[in-house]
Amino acid sequence: MQHNKRAVVTGVALLSALALAGCSGGGSGTDNGGGGDAAACAPSDGDVTLEFTSWIPGIEDVAALWNEENPDIQVEVQTGPNGNGGTYQSFFSQLEAGNAPDLGQIEYDALASFRVQDGLEDLSVCEDVVAAEAEFIPWTWGQVTLGTDGVYGVPQDSGPMALFYRSDLFEQNGIAVPTTWEEYKEAAKAVRAAGGYITNFSTADINQFAGFVWQGNGDWFSNNGEEWTVDLTGEQSTTVAEYWQELLDEDLVATYPAWTEEWNNAYNSGEVWTWNSAVWGANSISSGAPDTAGKWSVAPSPQWEAGDASSGNWGGSSIAVFKGTDHLYEATKFALWLNTSDEALTALNKSANIYPATTAGLELPSLQEGVEFYGGQKIYDVFAEAAAQVNPDFVWGPTMTQTYADVSDGFQKAVTGQGTLLEALAAAQESTIATLKAQSIPVAE
Amino acid sequence: MSLLTRTAGATADDLKPSSRGPKESILSRGAALIVMGVFTLYFLVPIWWLFIASTKDRGDLLTTNALWFADWNFFANVGDLLTYNDGIYVRWLLNSLGYAGVGALLATVFAGMCGYALAKYRFRGREAYFNTVLGGVLVPATALALPLFLLFSQVNMTNTFWAVLLPSIVSPFGVYLSRIYASASVPDELIEAGRIDGASEVRTYFTISMRLMMPALITVFLFQFVSIWNNFFLPLIMLRSQELFPVTYGLYSWNTQLNQIPELRTYVLVGSFLSIVPLIIAFLLLQRFWRNGLGTGSVK
Repeated sequence: MQHNKRAVVTGVALLSALALAGCSGGGSGTDNGGGGDAAACAPSDGDVTLEFTSWIPGIEDVAALWNEENPDIQVEVQTGPNGNGGTYQSFFSQLEAGNAPDLGQIEYDALASFRVQDGLEDLSVCEDVVAAEAEFIPWTWGQVTLGTDGVYGVPQDSGPMALFYRSDLFEQNGIAVPTTWEEYKEAAKAVRAAGGYITNFSTADINQFAGFVWQGNGDWFSNNGEEWTVDLTGEQSTTVAEYWQELLDEDLVATYPAWTEEWNNAYNSGEVWTWNSAVWGANSISSGAPDTAGKWSVAPSPQWEAGDASSGNWGGSSIAVFKGTDHLYEATKFALWLNTSDEALTALNKSANIYPATTAGLELPSLQEGVEFYGGQKIYDVFAEAAAQVNPDFVWGPTMTQTYADVSDGFQKAVTGQGTLLEALAAAQESTIATLKAQSIPVAE
Repeated sequence: MSLLTRTAGATADDLKPSSRGPKESILSRGAALIVMGVFTLYFLVPIWWLFIASTKDRGDLLTTNALWFADWNFFANVGDLLTYNDGIYVRWLLNSLGYAGVGALLATVFAGMCGYALAKYRFRGREAYFNTVLGGVLVPATALALPLFLLFSQVNMTNTFWAVLLPSIVSPFGVYLSRIYASASVPDELIEAGRIDGASEVRTYFTISMRLMMPALITVFLFQFVSIWNNFFLPLIMLRSQELFPVTYGLYSWNTQLNQIPELRTYVLVGSFLSIVPLIIAFLLLQRFWRNGLGTGSVK
C-alpha cells in the first residue's frame, strides 16, 4: 500500500517534469522576442512568410492574389473581430509577449496609441514607402505620420463625409437641400413640422462628431514631438457642440442609440431624413433601410460658411508593421501592393466596399458607376470630391478609447437633459489629460 | 397529547394566514407563482425572439413584429449560414464541441481523481492544497486569460487548439465538488475491502469509487461543458486563425462586421440560435443525473 502510493507520487512528478521539459524544449530557439532588426530595410535571405492580421471581409482572397504572384513572400492572413471589438486588445498582448504578427490593420484613430506603446516600426527607413507618399491623398498620409518625421503605417482606406438625404421627402415637402449648417437648421424645423426628424444625433459615434470638428479645421490633439496638447474644447469644437445642442434643445433631431434595430427602423420608416456620414455609410443605409431603395441621394456636406468647400472624415484605416518583425522590407512591399495596386484595390472594393486612400484608387471603374439604391446617382463622385477637401492636419490622440468613452458618457447625459454637449467635452478634456499623465505621456497644459 | 388538544380545538381563526406552520397560504402561493411566471417569461422571451428572428429574411427582420412570425425563411437561412464562407460555421461548431466536449471530459476525470484523493488519502499539506484549490474557485477565468497568453507565448503555443483546450481542463469547482461528494458517498470500508482483495488503488478508484461518484462527476462535466462552451475571452486572447475559433467567438467576430456585410446579420441570429441547441441537448440528456447528483449529498 505504502509502495503503491509512492509509485503514484513518483509517476506524477515524473510526468510533470516531462511535460515541463517538453514545453521548454518547444520554446527555446523559436522565441523571437521583441528585438528584431529594425534599423535596416533590406531584403531577407530566402523565402519569407508574413503574418498579417486584419478583419476586412474577404481579405484572404486578396492575399491569395499576392501569394500566387510572389512565391518567395507568402502572406498568411489571420482574422478576428474589428479593432475595438478585440483585435487591438490582442495586438497589445501579442506585443507584450513578443509574438505580434508582422503586419496588422489599425484604424487611424488608434495608430497613436500603438506608437506611444512603442509597438510600431518606423517605415520611413524604407525607400519604397517614402517614395509612395505622392500616390496617397495628402491627408491620409498625415494620418500615418502622426505629425512626426516617421511613417507608422501605409494608408488603406478613408471615410470622407457627405450628406445622405431622402430626396423624395425633401421634394414632396418642398424643402431645399441644405448647403450650409444654417440652412440645415432651417430645414430641420421644416422637417419637424412635416412630422419627421432631419437626422439622428448619435451619442455613440464620437467619430462623427469629430468629423464635424475636423470639417471646420478644428483640432482635438496636437503633438510637437515632445508633448501632447489636448484641445477638446477649442473654438471649432465649441461651435459644433453649441450647434447640435440647439438642435437637441428644440427637439429637431432624433436620439436613437446608433446601430440598433430602432435606429435602422427610424431610417427605414422615413422618420429620419438625412445622415451626415462617411462613404461607407452608403452600405449601412442600404442594409439597414431596405424599404427605402431608390429614394436616397448624396450631396456635399453642409458648410459652416456659404461658399466654403470643406469636408470631414469618419473612419479609415492603415496597415502597420509591428515592432519585432524580421521582415520589414517584405512587409512594406506587401502593404504597398495591398493599398496601391489596382488589382488589390479593386478586389478590396468588391469584397468589402473599401474606399481607397490613393488618388488613383478613386478612379477605379467600380467607383464610377451609378448606384441603384441611390436612384442610379454616381454617389462616389461626391465622395471623391469630398476626399480632396479634408484638412490634412487633424491628429488623433494616443488614448482615444478612453476619450471616446468619456465624451460618449457625457453626450448620453446631454441627450437626456442632464447637462450639455459642451460640458461633456470639458469633462472629457480633463479626463483625457489625466489618462495621458497616468500613462506617463507628456502633456502640455 | 398537546398536539391532539390543539388539533381538536382548532378553530377557523387558526387557519387564517396568521397561523404558523409549514402550510402556505393561497395568497403567498399565488404570489410565488406569479413571480416565477414572470421570471420564466423574462428568460424565455429572448430565446423566443431569437427563434422568430432566425425565421425571417433581412427585410422582414426590421419591419415586422419582433415577437411574431413573418414569411418563413428558417431553412433557407440555415442553408445560407451553413454554406457561407465555405461552411466556416460548421467548423466553428465542431471546434466548440471539441473544446467543450474533450475539455469537460478531461476536466471531469482530473477533478474527480483529485477530489477523491483529497477526500480519501491522508497526506501532509492536504488542507493547504485543498484551500489553494478552493481559492481558485474565486479567481475569474477572465483575469487569468492574459497571464495564460503570456505563458503560452513563451512556449509558442498561442493560436493552437491546445491554447484553448489546456486551460479548460482545470476545474477548481469540480475538485471541490468531487471531494465533498467522495467523502460523503464512498465508504472507507469499501476501499479497504478492495485493498484486501488485492486491487490496486487505481483499479479501486476506476471500478468502484468512480461509479459511486458518478452523479457528482456528471455535474462537474455539465458545469464545465457549459462554461467552456460560453467562454469567450480566452479564445479572443489566444486565437487568431479563423479555423480555430469556437462558435461564440466566430459569431462575435461576424457581429462586429455587420456594417460591411449586411447579410451577416441573419447569419449571426440563426447561428446563435443553432449554437444553443447543443447546450439544451446536453442539459436534457444529463438532467436526470444532475438532479440526482445534487440531491443525493444533501439527504444523506
